[in-house]
Amino acid sequence: MMLTRRGLITGGMALAALPAQARGRYAIDPVAVADGIWMIHGADAPIDPANGGAIANIAIIATPAGTVLCDCGPSLSYGQALRKVAEELTGQRVVRVYVTHLHPDHGMGIAAFDPGIVAALPGTIEALAREGRGYSDAMYRLLNDWMRGTELVLPGRPITTGREDFGGRGLRLLALSGHSGADLALLDERSGLLIGGDLVFHDRAPSTPTADLPRWRASLDRLASEPHGGLVPGHGPFDPGGRAAIAQTRDWIDWLEDALTRAVQSGLDMVEAGELPIPPRFATMAAARYELQRSVSHLYPGLEARLLPRIDQPA
Amino acid sequence: MKGRRYAAMTLTLLALAARADASVPADPLESPMWEAHAKLLFGDDPVRFDPRVKVGFPQIAENQRSFPVAIDARAIAGVRRIVLMADLNPIPIAIDYRPTDSDAYLATRIKLDQRTPVRGAVQLASGEWLVSGGWIDAAGGGCSTPPVSRVKGDWAEHLGEIRGEAWPVAGPTPASRLRISFRHPMDTGLVDAIPTYHLEQLTVRDGAGRELGRMEIWASVAEDPAITLVPHAAAGDMLTVDARDTNGRDYHAALSVARQSPPPR
Repeated sequence: MMLTRRGLITGGMALAALPAQARGRYAIDPVAVADGIWMIHGADAPIDPANGGAIANIAIIATPAGTVLCDCGPSLSYGQALRKVAEELTGQRVVRVYVTHLHPDHGMGIAAFDPGIVAALPGTIEALAREGRGYSDAMYRLLNDWMRGTELVLPGRPITTGREDFGGRGLRLLALSGHSGADLALLDERSGLLIGGDLVFHDRAPSTPTADLPRWRASLDRLASEPHGGLVPGHGPFDPGGRAAIAQTRDWIDWLEDALTRAVQSGLDMVEAGELPIPPRFATMAAARYELQRSVSHLYPGLEARLLPRIDQPA
Repeated sequence: MKGRRYAAMTLTLLALAARADASVPADPLESPMWEAHAKLLFGDDPVRFDPRVKVGFPQIAENQRSFPVAIDARAIAGVRRIVLMADLNPIPIAIDYRPTDSDAYLATRIKLDQRTPVRGAVQLASGEWLVSGGWIDAAGGGCSTPPVSRVKGDWAEHLGEIRGEAWPVAGPTPASRLRISFRHPMDTGLVDAIPTYHLEQLTVRDGAGRELGRMEIWASVAEDPAITLVPHAAAGDMLTVDARDTNGRDYHAALSVARQSPPPR
């Protein structure tokens, strides 16, 4: 599906002037998940030309003060299409975009917005300033034309408060970490809906390129202890009960660390560790083998340095 | 007469063509560098593609500075030599290993400079080469970006650190799985003005000094080289590892094979 019907009807005139690749080829289909909140379910797959990098979930929140977005997709054209869909849906302009963490599938779409309305944790902004260029290069290499015109833009508003009010609709801002150095989760006070960012995956294997597993566990504990209703995970389907996705993410990272530790201790090399059997309870998880092999790359050298003894002798 | 001479010429040409085919078979991976590398590496030795040479690697090159590859030719008897190469790397060969008294198994991590075939070539006592492998997509720069320890600046502090362990492997011949990793920048010579500097030789011996395996190593092996081998050494046996880098620095390690097999997975 290249264009949503809504996009065709309302955006067709304005879009006609743009080059073909920018004509909202992304399928953006918001689904209501709470009173005044919609989720756009990204593809539960690796970043790939087939999905244009639109793999992260995105939330649209209608407030009396305007429309709030949580994450904004992988590219300029995604961000532009997202804004159009969101403003159309709520009838109000986008007044705030939260970027949950540094990964490009969540934040490169900032390019479509005024940086002055884009908010992120200070640690996220620092990490983007440091590593954003590398992420941008990688996205261009993987996605080519999907990325056309996308510039690295830094969020203009560091988050220094635990709550933001939008004309009476309050959002709690939880500054956490573990999936990356700075992970933002949002709690909507009106509906109790929790937006977990990439701290929470659901039926899609968690990714670990910047993970700190002990901190990730602590953040999951914190999210579990926070009274909430449904949960929008960073990737994978909506979790209406709000518990299953947190537990599943925790289960995966616990299994992953244990399995890789035992692999190092039993003498497996990295290729063999990437071929370890994945327990049947994770059979519902998309991209499990792919993420296991990525995690081997991220975590194995550190485990080897910790677990294999020194054997060097004086010359 | 004329017709016969023509036929003889054709036969000669056909024979030449057949010989060229025999020396370098067509590459199933259709690599642009196959013929050039094959002629250099294999010379006049016979070559064929053989799926029993298992070249294992992950489906994604998550880190182009350190891409895991395992060559498992244990299904083939009489393997004398194992070469790991990536056709389109500026330094195509990573390791040239002679499993003197070891199983035909080699695993390590290599740099990838771009999308490339990654191959394992094993040579038998007859001189024949058996080759297998596959393409892997990779971002550029594995060979032409500085090693992490150069950027951090701490490479010299850790140079010479070696970690490793060996575990007995069940089977008809007493063997052990040896894992060994060095701290070394493995400079390719392709980055800024940093000259080539890498481990270039490694030998594994048993407690009596008998050679179990040896290899030549190139700078396309990833920084902090990690190598897995299967030398014929039993539980409790002593193993020594001696290596040398391109500056003539020697490295020594010693360990004994664990008494117990790895715990079941």
